[in-house]
Amino acid sequence: MSAGVGVDLESLWIRFGDFVAVRDANVNINGGDFFSFLGPSGCGKTTILRAVSGFLEPSEGNVLIGGNNMKGIGPNKRPTALIFQNLALFPLMKVWENITFSMEIKGASAAERRKRADELLDMIALPGQGDKLPSELSGGQRQRVAIARALCAEPDVLLLDEPLSALDLKLRQHMRTELREIQQRVGITFIYITHDQGEALTMSDNIAVMRAGVIDQIADGKTIYNDPNTAFAASFVGENNVFRGKIKQVMGNEALIATNRSGELVARISTANQGKMKEGDDAMMFVRPEAFAIAPDGATGDHFVTARVNHEEFEGNVFNIFTEGEGGKEIKVSIPNHGQSFEDHTGQNITLEYETRNAVLVPAGELAAE
Amino acid sequence: MPQFLKEFFNRNGTGMGLAILGLVLFWTIGLIILPQLSMLDFSFRPNLPPPEIGGPKDVYTLENYKYLIYGPEGGGQDYNVVDLKVFFRTLLAAVCVTIFNLILCYPIAYYLGQNKGNHIRIFAIMLIIPYWINEILRAFALRIIFGETGVLNTLFVGLGIWDTPFDFIRNDIALYAGLGYAYILLMIFPMYNVIESLDKNQIEAARDLGAPWWRIHWRVVIPYAKPGISSGCTMVFMLSAGALAAPQILGGPSSLWFTQLIYQQFNDNNDWPQGAAYAIVLLVTCILFVLAMMRLFKVNMGDIGK
Repeated sequence: MSAGVGVDLESLWIRFGDFVAVRDANVNINGGDFFSFLGPSGCGKTTILRAVSGFLEPSEGNVLIGGNNMKGIGPNKRPTALIFQNLALFPLMKVWENITFSMEIKGASAAERRKRADELLDMIALPGQGDKLPSELSGGQRQRVAIARALCAEPDVLLLDEPLSALDLKLRQHMRTELREIQQRVGITFIYITHDQGEALTMSDNIAVMRAGVIDQIADGKTIYNDPNTAFAASFVGENNVFRGKIKQVMGNEALIATNRSGELVARISTANQGKMKEGDDAMMFVRPEAFAIAPDGATGDHFVTARVNHEEFEGNVFNIFTEGEGGKEIKVSIPNHGQSFEDHTGQNITLEYETRNAVLVPAGELAAE
Repeated sequence: MPQFLKEFFNRNGTGMGLAILGLVLFWTIGLIILPQLSMLDFSFRPNLPPPEIGGPKDVYTLENYKYLIYGPEGGGQDYNVVDLKVFFRTLLAAVCVTIFNLILCYPIAYYLGQNKGNHIRIFAIMLIIPYWINEILRAFALRIIFGETGVLNTLFVGLGIWDTPFDFIRNDIALYAGLGYAYILLMIFPMYNVIESLDKNQIEAARDLGAPWWRIHWRVVIPYAKPGISSGCTMVFMLSAGALAAPQILGGPSSLWFTQLIYQQFNDNNDWPQGAAYAIVLLVTCILFVLAMMRLFKVNMGDIGK
């Protein structure tokens, strides 16, 4: 879809005094995309959103919406609508007045507004609830009212600032699907802010992974999960096991790493770093828990890891094995449950095996905090 | 014993509970209700010399109330024009002072409530400190500013902007300024309290949806601040209508405040029943007026306490 209006950030810097909240962000968001900024709290993602919505002027650089520079244009004049983390519904206005507040500003008649409110209430599956107050609705219903209120303003770009974080898990998962459906139906650009990688992966066309004001990687979810650019992206998105070491030998797009603990292992250099990593570099190899398999005892080679099992747990869909790892961090292995028998390895040494394509090598760097 | 009393004693213990209850009852009954009742009683009795009190002439009468409306018997006028005029002018002026104060204080309360930091604390302290000075001194200070040879007149005449001094006192400007200033805090703080709890996101949401600033105030801030606004307006109105020091010191020679009439009845005429009747009329009228306004603006009694 490219019908919608795109958003571009050009060399965007945002400073608060000496603190740099956003450092040289360059992002092109396609019209009609569901685009997420994913990062831990304090990484600057909300600051970017405020710069797009117009509540904050960037220190340097430009925000372009539909190719138009937004410099000096206030939030009430931009073609964006923002959904706040706490929704910020007007508590003293009825639901229908909340939804059609933007029409009231433009001077629409009460009858027109009522009609539009009813249409939107049908769309968000809350028919006939227009005369209630927001406080009389449940959390999920309020969520939907906030979406309807923003959509009623007919924005070209909808901005969402962690709107699901206040909901309980079940509702959150349900709302993911619903948000994605709404976005596909209205076809406008959604920019979504979240620290929840599950939300970002399930809903987004593209994701920007942010760390301390810097965008580490922009790609679709699958690429970010399978082919991270940096140690941070690899460790922040999904669960990952890290093996630190130095590159011993580069072989095309693969490399042999002398790891600190697990001997020499082979890995695939992540796409963005191919050609840039050389022998002797500090590097980090990442293997996801589900990419390991248990190998026959005594197997050795550059894609086998032997370690002592600390403990095991049964999670239902997977068996988790935790073995001794580096720096007090355990290696986690998840074996899918096919109903097979599963022996207890606690206290024993086991050998784990992985395929080279599932071991991703990036330059050594900062890991995401747990 | 009703449930809430039981809970009250459970929470505070019997001894402390009785002490608190006793103090509250003493306060409301002993210091407020009983004196008012005795005033009410006074207002329905004739003004008699002490030996005749309790005698055959000491009977309940509506004379004192009639006096406010019709004036002295054989006074030559059908109605007590002078006193009634003062009465209604006082109420009207109190309404004006209230509205003027509201317009002046709302932006201040909004600014204080929606900003944080040291300068806000300094601002608040600067508002409070003048109130350490007693009311009489403050009124006289305003007299110095507004007087014929006062600061303002000296300044403007000195600068050649005015040819002759302007009589702020005779034109009641000094009085309104004094009354307004006297109750500024009672207007600001209830509003400030409410506005402070208003989620900033609401203002931003309204702005994001395209609202200009005045509509944000009209549709979002003012409805939210209504309890504070009504609480502030009620206090300022009641206290302005019942003020004595400011009108005494800042009022022009020809413009009496109704409280001054009450004062004259009590002190100069030594006619306590007449003074009590005037005071009761003022009190009841003010209460009814406030209740009517609350109904008009759909304010609940509970909101006032917020």
